[in-house]
Amino acid sequence: MRPLTPVTPSARVALGISFFVVFVTVWSIATFGGFVSKTFLADPVMMVKSGYTLLAEMGFAKDIGMTVWRVVGGFLLAALLALPLGVMMGAYKPIEAFFEPFISFARYLPASAFIPLLILWAGIGEAQKLAVIFIGSFFQLVLMIAVVVGNTRRDLVEAAYTLGATDASLVKRVLIPGAAPEIAEILRMVLGWAWTYVIVAELIGASSGIGHMITDSQALLATDQIIFGIIVIGLIGLASDMLFKFANRKFFPWAALGK
Amino acid sequence: MNILSVRGVSRTFSSEGRAPTVALQATDLDVAENDFITILGPSGCGKSTLLRIVAGLDQQSSGEVLLDGKRITGPGPDRGMVFQSYTLFPWLTVLENVCFGLRERNLPRAEQLDIANAFIQKVGLRGFESHFPKQLSGGMQQRTALARALANNPRMLLMDEPFGALDHQTRELMQELLLGIWEAERKTVLFVTHDIDEAVFMGSRVMVMSARPGRIKLDRAVPMPHPRSYSVKTTPTFMDIKAELTEQVRMEVIAAQRANG
Repeated sequence: MRPLTPVTPSARVALGISFFVVFVTVWSIATFGGFVSKTFLADPVMMVKSGYTLLAEMGFAKDIGMTVWRVVGGFLLAALLALPLGVMMGAYKPIEAFFEPFISFARYLPASAFIPLLILWAGIGEAQKLAVIFIGSFFQLVLMIAVVVGNTRRDLVEAAYTLGATDASLVKRVLIPGAAPEIAEILRMVLGWAWTYVIVAELIGASSGIGHMITDSQALLATDQIIFGIIVIGLIGLASDMLFKFANRKFFPWAALGK
Repeated sequence: MNILSVRGVSRTFSSEGRAPTVALQATDLDVAENDFITILGPSGCGKSTLLRIVAGLDQQSSGEVLLDGKRITGPGPDRGMVFQSYTLFPWLTVLENVCFGLRERNLPRAEQLDIANAFIQKVGLRGFESHFPKQLSGGMQQRTALARALANNPRMLLMDEPFGALDHQTRELMQELLLGIWEAERKTVLFVTHDIDEAVFMGSRVMVMSARPGRIKLDRAVPMPHPRSYSVKTTPTFMDIKAELTEQVRMEVIAAQRANG
């Protein structure tokens, strides 16, 4: 093993899977070996069984669907507004000077702390969930997109002008396409954060969703169900992450070259 | 007939808390149609600054630059530029890079492709149309950049040490390629370099610039007929001019080193 030397793709997959194996093994030893009380930590087999019950008999699929819908809805809303604003801020410095200080402040406002306020304003319905995710992702997205767009190589900008580009086409044909792969990467990262916000929102006040199932299970001391819920969240996160990575490679083949 | 007139152009960089630096003294330069002018000088002498002012990418502190009698106020497609750094758009293929300026002019797609393919052929990149810049060598990237600038059919071609980052052998081939294109297309070229061989081989006139603050201290015509092949580099005329310019540049490099302490 030497620093920064790459591994082969097959070794990479094998190593990645082996840690999952190690993780489940340690968990099994702790639970089947009787080192941890079943009340506090369910064993893997029990977790899978109750997961099946949840899905087959208790309509957990609908909860999963609700949670996914909330994350995607809130995140898309945030992304749709953050993209144009971020690009404009990155491209035009007066616009950046106008918004940047406030957004820098707003992004440190913890989204979860807005939940009580949002419940007062919007109740415990869907609007409140979407608002939490929106607050949690919008400001982060705007700032990061603005930085990426603002970091466009100046020599490319100059080359575009000497080729006759106008200001508008510079934004459209140089700033945006040049920043696109990094923007996609930002979206992937912030989507991960949005998952945290949705669960928090569902833990506090909801009548459906994965977070709601987890709070219900807590009252019943059903740690197997809680763990299953958490693992489902992890799996969905992993899947969306892989989807994003796949899409990035497909849409921006040039960005992966020479790396 | 002069195509470009540089009249009393100077450039002073001022930064807060420090004495302003004069990068370029008031400079006059007239460029005739079909001239190939090479600007030679030690690094930091203001030769790139002069070129960038002509390109409209930098603003002069005094004087004016006229292209076909009209004052230059900013960059435009009438002055194609090839930079020292690799400035192909990494998200576009070779073909799309060459089409960039044509698309900006809203030419019909078929016409864009005709023009782009013709220039890709001229710089010898046939078969590489769908490659991305990162898949090309440095020399191929600069050839694409040349094709991209030429495709716009500019009045002038401005080149800022375009072969500076290439290895010696590639650079010599690029010089022949550019000279061949210039001989065929009869473009007007302003070419900045610190390589004396390069300046003499390609230039119809060589301007030698002084150490900072820069000014043109020598305007040397190169009386060698075209087309020139690489073999002219061993002729007595070439050797004489090279010896003369080497002496001139050397004085300036020494002066520049003294000034920097």
